[in-house]
Amino acid sequence: MTAAQIPALQVVVALLAAPVCLILRRPRVAWLIALVATWASLVMALILLFSVLKVGPISYLLGDWEAPWGIEYRIDMVSAFLLVIVTTIGSLVIPYAQASVEAEVPAARVYLFYCMYLLNLAGLLGIVITGDVFNLFVFLEISSLSSYVLISLGKDRRALIAAYRYLVMGTIGATFYVIGVGLTYMMTGSLNMVDLATLMPAVIDTRTIHVALAFLTVGLSLKLALFPLHVWLPNAYTYAPSAVSAFIAATGTKVAVYALLRIVFTVFGEVDVLSFPGVQEVLLTLAAAAMIGASATAIYQENVKRVLAYSSLAQIGYMVVGIGMESATGLAGSIVHLFNHALMKGGLFMVLGCVFLRLGSVEIADMHGLAKRMPLTMAAFVAGGLSLIGVPLSVGFISKWYLVQGALEKGWWAAVAVILASSILAIVYIWRIVEVAYFRPRPEGAPAVSEAPASLLVPTWMMIGACYYFGIDATRTLDVAVGAAETLLGGLR
Amino acid sequence: MEFPGLINYWIVVVLMMTGFYIVIAHNNLVKKIVGLNIFQVSMFTFYITMAKVKGGTAPILAEGIAQYSNPLPHVLILTAIVVGVATTALGLALVVRIRDAYGTVEDDEIEAQENDR
Repeated sequence: MTAAQIPALQVVVALLAAPVCLILRRPRVAWLIALVATWASLVMALILLFSVLKVGPISYLLGDWEAPWGIEYRIDMVSAFLLVIVTTIGSLVIPYAQASVEAEVPAARVYLFYCMYLLNLAGLLGIVITGDVFNLFVFLEISSLSSYVLISLGKDRRALIAAYRYLVMGTIGATFYVIGVGLTYMMTGSLNMVDLATLMPAVIDTRTIHVALAFLTVGLSLKLALFPLHVWLPNAYTYAPSAVSAFIAATGTKVAVYALLRIVFTVFGEVDVLSFPGVQEVLLTLAAAAMIGASATAIYQENVKRVLAYSSLAQIGYMVVGIGMESATGLAGSIVHLFNHALMKGGLFMVLGCVFLRLGSVEIADMHGLAKRMPLTMAAFVAGGLSLIGVPLSVGFISKWYLVQGALEKGWWAAVAVILASSILAIVYIWRIVEVAYFRPRPEGAPAVSEAPASLLVPTWMMIGACYYFGIDATRTLDVAVGAAETLLGGLR
Repeated sequence: MEFPGLINYWIVVVLMMTGFYIVIAHNNLVKKIVGLNIFQVSMFTFYITMAKVKGGTAPILAEGIAQYSNPLPHVLILTAIVVGVATTALGLALVVRIRDAYGTVEDDEIEAQENDR
């Protein structure tokens, strides 16, 4: 009986746990509730993934209203995989958050952090699980509004400005998305994704639908920070509390990429929008600009969190390139990169949380000789950095391998060159930090720092370790990613 | 073309562009939120207009009512209005805290303070 309700519980548990944190107000209690809720979500996501692998897509009718009229939750291979990504990161950040948040957020506001964190998680899970385009908007706004609050909890006053700018850009993006939904509803009279897919071929040649597609794509591109709509992201990631950066960088943009996948391959799946003149070229050009431009900008940053933020923009470029390829290999590369990048970027931001806890800063200038003082933390940074570059045995290598293969299948040598060039730039920006931390002496009179506590190091190393576990034995993730890519492309055949 | 014709859609476009322009062009953080609101209201108007059926009334099961407007977009927009209110509230709350931290709500003055440091 309860097993049949898991799709609803997946969202509801986190959604209900959030106000409970708000009412109880005690930081420890709130943390405990968040811990239980996130781990319960992870277990449910895994159950859903295994049952999707066994029996195929699950459809859950909310309130038992028949599908095109009521809201349907639909879990196929893609959404099940994304659920696992989001809940994995969500449940690894919470044990880490306790010490990190206590140090960075005023004690009186700690319970609010957990409340917003759970709301954000519920929103992200909702986006992934829903099969209804308008319901997706509501969850998109739940997750966005809570992430504005999470970012504004940062210690630096610039966090407020970053949150405000993100709010303005995010709201414009969401409104664009709703306008797109409205225009498609005008022509089709439906909001259900699967239903829309069947209705779309009849109306695809109308101006209204073309405009709808433009609004949907631009709106979601704002949310996923595709170049040149990325300006909100670097400051938001830099000034947010460390635990927030780790969680949002690892999940927020990934889920927006998922929403774009859904629109392109499910809602517009039957009509093959990527073959429209110009669409593929625009996506690929913007992605290439993101990969090269953002990686190059990352080299000149003085704040390590900002380096990683720009690197995230470049990684989003990789995912969009995979979407643009429109082949099973390229798409599988994109989807597996969603998982892989979540692990490594989450892990790297957690490393910076450790550094910030002990050093009170993440400026490169303050990190001279840090490796001697915090050997385990900086070793985690090196390991995560290598994965970001794409060294064999790490997860970064797996996704780049697939993307390069996808490009080769198409004979796109320029795309291969861009992927490799962006990796070389990654070597430069990671090396700058490694050089300072390992090969420069600690300056005289610098404050004494010690190794980060185990409560931070253990989750950090679990995340970084997973980068190598899934890099060495990639069959499990790749099986799911390839299956997911085939599910998405199924609409084209 | 009989009046009002497509006038509602023209209003939607004008409101949308007005709001969007205010968000981009204005320097004052409160005015930006106002612009954002106008932008969102244009979207509400758009949904409400598209659901209206000519000569239709409210969708109530009663004698004599044969033609009625589509209630679904109206319901959707109730949700979107709630989201809009939440966004405005949060945006203004952030502006209050920005004023506490910087002593101003003008974007260029904040920018100048950050660059001075």
